[in-house]
Amino acid sequence: MEFFQNTNIDFLGKKWYFLAFSLVFSVAGILSMLFWHGIPLGVDFRGGTLVYVKYSHTPDIATIHAALDRAGLRNARVQAYDVPSNNEVIIALDIQETNEASLDKGKTQIIQALSTNAPAGKQDLNNASSLTIKNLLMDKDPLHAGPDADAKYAPIAQAIVGYRDRAKSGVLGSVGDLGGTVDPAALGVLQDGFYVSDYGVRNVEIVGPQVGSQLRKQALLAILYSLLGMLVYLAFRFELIYGIAAVVTVFHDTLITVGAFSLMNKEISLTVLAAILTLVGYSNNDTIVVFDRIRENIKLMRREKLSDIVNRSINQTLSRTILTAGLTFLTVLALYVFGGEVLHGFSFALVIGILIGTYSSIAIAAPILVAYQDWRADRGKRPVAMPVDPGKREKVRAKA
Amino acid sequence: MTKNLGWKLIAIIGTLLVFLFGIFGAPNNWSQGALAAMTNRIHLGLDLKGGTHLILQVQVNDAVRADAERAIERLKEDLRTRKIAFAEISQPDPVNAPDKIVIAGIPPESSSDFKSIVSDRLPEYDPTSGAQNSWALTMKPTLLADLKNRAVAQSIETIRNRVDKLGVSEPVIQEHGLGQYQILVQLPGVDDPARVKEIMQSTAMLEIRQAMNGGQPYPDEQAALAGNNGLLPEGTALLTGKSIGGTDEGRTVYWLVSRSTAVAGRDLREARVNRSPDTNRMEVDFNLTGEGGQRFGTFTRNHVNDYLAVVLDNKVMEVARIESEIGDSGRITGNFTEQAAKDLALVLNSGALPAGIKYLEERTVGPSLGADSIKSGVRAAVVGMLAVLIFMLVYYRGAGINADVALILNLIILLGFLGFSGATLTLPGIAGVILTVGMGVDSNVLIFERIREELRNGKTPPSAVEQGFSHAWITIVDTHVTTIVSAFILFIFGTGPVKGFAVTLTFGLLANLFTAVFVSRVIFDWILSRKQRGEALSI
Repeated sequence: MEFFQNTNIDFLGKKWYFLAFSLVFSVAGILSMLFWHGIPLGVDFRGGTLVYVKYSHTPDIATIHAALDRAGLRNARVQAYDVPSNNEVIIALDIQETNEASLDKGKTQIIQALSTNAPAGKQDLNNASSLTIKNLLMDKDPLHAGPDADAKYAPIAQAIVGYRDRAKSGVLGSVGDLGGTVDPAALGVLQDGFYVSDYGVRNVEIVGPQVGSQLRKQALLAILYSLLGMLVYLAFRFELIYGIAAVVTVFHDTLITVGAFSLMNKEISLTVLAAILTLVGYSNNDTIVVFDRIRENIKLMRREKLSDIVNRSINQTLSRTILTAGLTFLTVLALYVFGGEVLHGFSFALVIGILIGTYSSIAIAAPILVAYQDWRADRGKRPVAMPVDPGKREKVRAKA
Repeated sequence: MTKNLGWKLIAIIGTLLVFLFGIFGAPNNWSQGALAAMTNRIHLGLDLKGGTHLILQVQVNDAVRADAERAIERLKEDLRTRKIAFAEISQPDPVNAPDKIVIAGIPPESSSDFKSIVSDRLPEYDPTSGAQNSWALTMKPTLLADLKNRAVAQSIETIRNRVDKLGVSEPVIQEHGLGQYQILVQLPGVDDPARVKEIMQSTAMLEIRQAMNGGQPYPDEQAALAGNNGLLPEGTALLTGKSIGGTDEGRTVYWLVSRSTAVAGRDLREARVNRSPDTNRMEVDFNLTGEGGQRFGTFTRNHVNDYLAVVLDNKVMEVARIESEIGDSGRITGNFTEQAAKDLALVLNSGALPAGIKYLEERTVGPSLGADSIKSGVRAAVVGMLAVLIFMLVYYRGAGINADVALILNLIILLGFLGFSGATLTLPGIAGVILTVGMGVDSNVLIFERIREELRNGKTPPSAVEQGFSHAWITIVDTHVTTIVSAFILFIFGTGPVKGFAVTLTFGLLANLFTAVFVSRVIFDWILSRKQRGEALSI
């Protein structure tokens, strides 16, 4: 099977369309970053408190808001998380309410505010640790373990927590749900000491202001260093202008990807940053493949115009470019569709980035190269082709 | 060629076996099934297993301040014995410049004596003279940095001690390189982070000081000042504590205690939990080291009928009258629950922190979320992998099998690598595995497309394969290097899940160099060696 055979598309002739396309997306992204959504930073970079709460029923956001308001958390944001059937919400507090002197105060307040149906003197089994459960069992000693109480009840408490978290996804419907897991005598003690609330805390993220600003700085540095690393490597392997063309291209890809996050108001988290850095490397792959072919063809087709050589090189590698981009895209799409909510931002960045990265290696990198050479030619200089290495060149010619 | 082929096949099968061992371990561990054997070998990150991730700031200035306070005590003593007059020794800015000590009122004729005392007795400080006969001491910058780094190292040691005693398995406690004087703590499987955090944060600085005012507390600060003519006596401090016993048990009260300590945390040898037979309350008994016991003996002998205060983290826990000389043991009572008493004994036994710590970041992943993440991650990986494998088969036919074998081997090497190296697999790490499949297949496509091109130009299959590999090789190296550069930078800047992603991506791409180029080439050579001259290649 073969999709592309002997294509002969004049890519360089369409460079103004490409430029217009890229400009529209970059400018839209930049405008959104400046005037609309800004760069929506996730809790990793912005700092703040996030509490992921899973309910045993469809959560009513207004009720949750009211409960938080009563507890004085008026600025808390509540939003549904993942698919509605998952019954999960995120409760978020801004960095102003996240204070480094007592980092987890906001979290404690949120959890207290949600426990509205607590009967006096009972603890919430859905949010109890295995230690709390063990201590209660040891205190009441329903199995008459005596001095071996610690060894006896620790595994029981572990099993209860394990059943709640693994089999029931973190939320028990009633204490009686444990009937199949624990001894009836122990169950009686648990029913006396515990009640079940209608929620369980699944995940907590608290990032103080210091770490947030530290990470923001490091994220910028990381992107900068990887661009610089690419520039140095490509300048060393090819010529400086090839490196510059590749880095400008990758910068264009990064800009459009971040712009897409801004336009769609999706938050940029640490894993999204990881995806963007991966794209810096990946998007270069396509560019390098094209550049490698250009370098090879310059040696073989010495009489022809550079723009023809470049066009020829893009066409020759087109099949490979589309195929690999398509295959990587397939895997990333699998991540986006099946990878779950936690990886959503990450795979979204990759989906956008791979599309843009493939497009730009054809539509941006090569035209930059040609534009530069034309500009040099106008000033009466020879085009930059290859580091001059006479021996190597002879060998290649002999092969051809 | 054919002769070499045999050796190359053996090398490939050998590699396969080694990395399969990396994934699953020895066959005798397979009794609980392949998946269990695999999770035994490959460490799962916190985001998959559940647990708590914390970043702590060591307040290194505490350690510097403590050092400066000791230096001030020593200096006062020496100035007194050498009979050098001085007006006042103070720390002008203990918060921001904790190493700065200012000595006022040294007579000009004593300045050379003063300098010699500093250089003999406080060699870590640099003296500079200031206005009006004052001198300023600041710590030498290299020693200051040393002291701070030591405080971090010692905090890590102490925290590790405590976490180990809590029985947390496979904790990570290390300096967090991305910040200054920060510690990264990862506690897999801990479902009660609040308690662990409290235990880690407790400085556990135990001291015994003399209690003034006849061992009686003041109800508030004003009363304490009023009782001492508006000024605390020299060498004393006012500390808070909870009143014990009586009608107002548990209320915050103020105790006047000596500034100097008779016994400090480093003199402690061991702490134990006891239930008092008289009150049926939990209490913590402690023993002192030989040296500490001697000092405690001297102190109690000289202060019979005075009062002593047991101070923990600058809070008065207990005040008692000294009936007679006490040897080397003491007791902390208080309104402890059993758990609190046990935790206190634990932190005392694991040593004091040299400086306070503050939490900067806290992430807790519940085990239920981790289990869901594994499910969706694996599902995405299987779907993505199958899509690529099927596509390659359809598009390249015979050569597709070649690519699929290379990809599967790539995956085995990657997972085996994780098993051998002890690196952790995180959720983004699983994404990295999928991405490796997508990116790794790039090498195969590059080579195959080139071979097709050479065949179209009329080359024979063996020469087309030869040319295809040699031309694609340089390109493959270039593309791998750029991605690995990105991954390397991620590895340096990332923590936790992101680092796991960088690791799998790097391992995966390195393995890809071997499988897509070497293994795939051997398979082609093997196929070609079985074909008649001139027979077509399925690609």
